[in-house]
Amino acid sequence: MGEHTVSSFDEELGHIDRLIREMGDLAGAMTRASTNALLSSDTALAQRVISDDTIMDAKQRELDERAITLIAKRQPMAQDLRGVVGAIRMAADLERIGDLAKNIAKRVGAVGQSATPRTLAHSIDNMAGLVLDQVNAVVDFYVRREAEQLVPLRDEDEKIDIQYTSIFRELLTYMMEDPRNITACTHLLFCAKNLERIGDHVTNIAENAYYVMTGSQLPVQRPKLDETQMSVEADS
Amino acid sequence: MNMLTDAAVEEKLQSASKPGVSKMVGKDVTVHYGEKQALFGVNLEVPEKQVMALIGPSGCGKSTFLRCLNRMNDTIDICRVGGSIMLDGEDIYDPRIDVVELRARVGMVFQKPNPFPKSIYENIAYGPRIHGLASKKSEFDEVVETSLQKAGLFNEVKDRLHEPGTGLSGGQQQRLCIARAIAVSPEVILMDEPCSALDPIATAKVEELIDELRENYTIVIVTHSMQQAARVSQRTAMFHLGNLVEEGPTDKMFTNPDDKRTQDYITGRFG
Ligand SMILES: Nc1ncnc2c1ncn2[C@@H]1O[C@H](COP(=O)(O)OP(=O)(O)OP(=O)(O)O)[C@@H](O)[C@H]1O
Ligand SMILES: [Mg+2]
Repeated sequence: MGEHTVSSFDEELGHIDRLIREMGDLAGAMTRASTNALLSSDTALAQRVISDDTIMDAKQRELDERAITLIAKRQPMAQDLRGVVGAIRMAADLERIGDLAKNIAKRVGAVGQSATPRTLAHSIDNMAGLVLDQVNAVVDFYVRREAEQLVPLRDEDEKIDIQYTSIFRELLTYMMEDPRNITACTHLLFCAKNLERIGDHVTNIAENAYYVMTGSQLPVQRPKLDETQMSVEADS
Repeated sequence: MNMLTDAAVEEKLQSASKPGVSKMVGKDVTVHYGEKQALFGVNLEVPEKQVMALIGPSGCGKSTFLRCLNRMNDTIDICRVGGSIMLDGEDIYDPRIDVVELRARVGMVFQKPNPFPKSIYENIAYGPRIHGLASKKSEFDEVVETSLQKAGLFNEVKDRLHEPGTGLSGGQQQRLCIARAIAVSPEVILMDEPCSALDPIATAKVEELIDELRENYTIVIVTHSMQQAARVSQRTAMFHLGNLVEEGPTDKMFTNPDDKRTQDYITGRFG
């Protein structure tokens, strides 16, 4: 895309893009760190995630203000308008990712060191890895304006959902085996659920980013089954 | 409350996006000023009872095309018009067409308000008089009042109808010119940057008026304000270097245009 006749317009749009990039990097780092903190009961690391969330909030506020000022001053049209409105929405999703990571971090300590079986820790760690890749990828594709890459990315979310379902089952098994596992497993379940929701926010971001770049919506996704819901009903 | 059935809503949505019946149709319209060609085969349909905005960079031929629609170009000696322009299926360049009558059917409001050096009353009564649309004093009184009402000017000038029109403010003069255009009950109103000399309040009044006029009239407006085009029109046509680049529903043109030149122009990336 060519440059605006008024170059400060480009600078302002560029700044908004940079904030999205920074928020995306921060969201990824918080996701990773909060899961690590939980699995290794690292309260110092958890504390960092909690304070990072304040930085995330501040960045979102800055982005909102810049976007609103830009709309008032420049009255953007077409892809510029989509870009600014899309950035506001993407920032809201990134901020929510920050919140979810913070909520994971807040559970650290509650789980208790010995209670997490290795295989389970491994599954959650895997899931966090998948989610992290998604968070990083969506922001990369957005910043590099690679619309077509977003299509498979959204479908990747399916893998996270499958992973979540399997962790859910695993946790149920542990809890049924020994009621003393219940407390720890509940916290882990909560963590897995938050990771799964982070994945959903990534999907939102991908949809927004696609609209910003192309002006059309991502093709409608087939409806997905919530298997955890089904298995709860089946088990009860 | 006004409840709409799904079908009615669907229909409303459909009709908002459809071009509708064409009031005027330009086919392969070319214009030369002496040796210099200003329009290169423009094909454009003006939908009935809608507002169409013409946009594009300075010198691209918007005013030239607009002037073709009521043969205002005839008044420029060196100007030659080719192709055809239909009004309700009738070629307006047919030698049998009465140009004075045509201009009563297709009225025009110019960029700079140009009231006659006469009273406010006379500015409006003039058209109906020469077209024989009124004869008795009461008839003239009525056409003057209703035209001023429609143009949103009546309350401001009702006590000074016999003072000169040139004594009004710029925004009032522009609305006077719109009232004058409406007075002869045209079918189409052409507006060439009607708000370029107006403050935001007068501009808002003119835009509000355009919105009301759309009920009964077909309107073509040239504007340099993208926001104005987006606000007042249902369809937008983009010109560039004497060519029609793209035409479509205004909402689409300003959120997701097809042509790169439209894109660059409306987002401020041109030259
Ligand atoms: N009376 C004239 N005599 C000679 N050339 C003319 C005349 N009127 C317009 N032109 C030329 O025709 C081309 C189109 O002019 P036109 O006035 O239609 O542009 P426009 O799109 O209305 O521009 P603007 O936005 O500046 O009003 C220009 O190159 C202009 O110089
Ligand atoms: Mg012009």
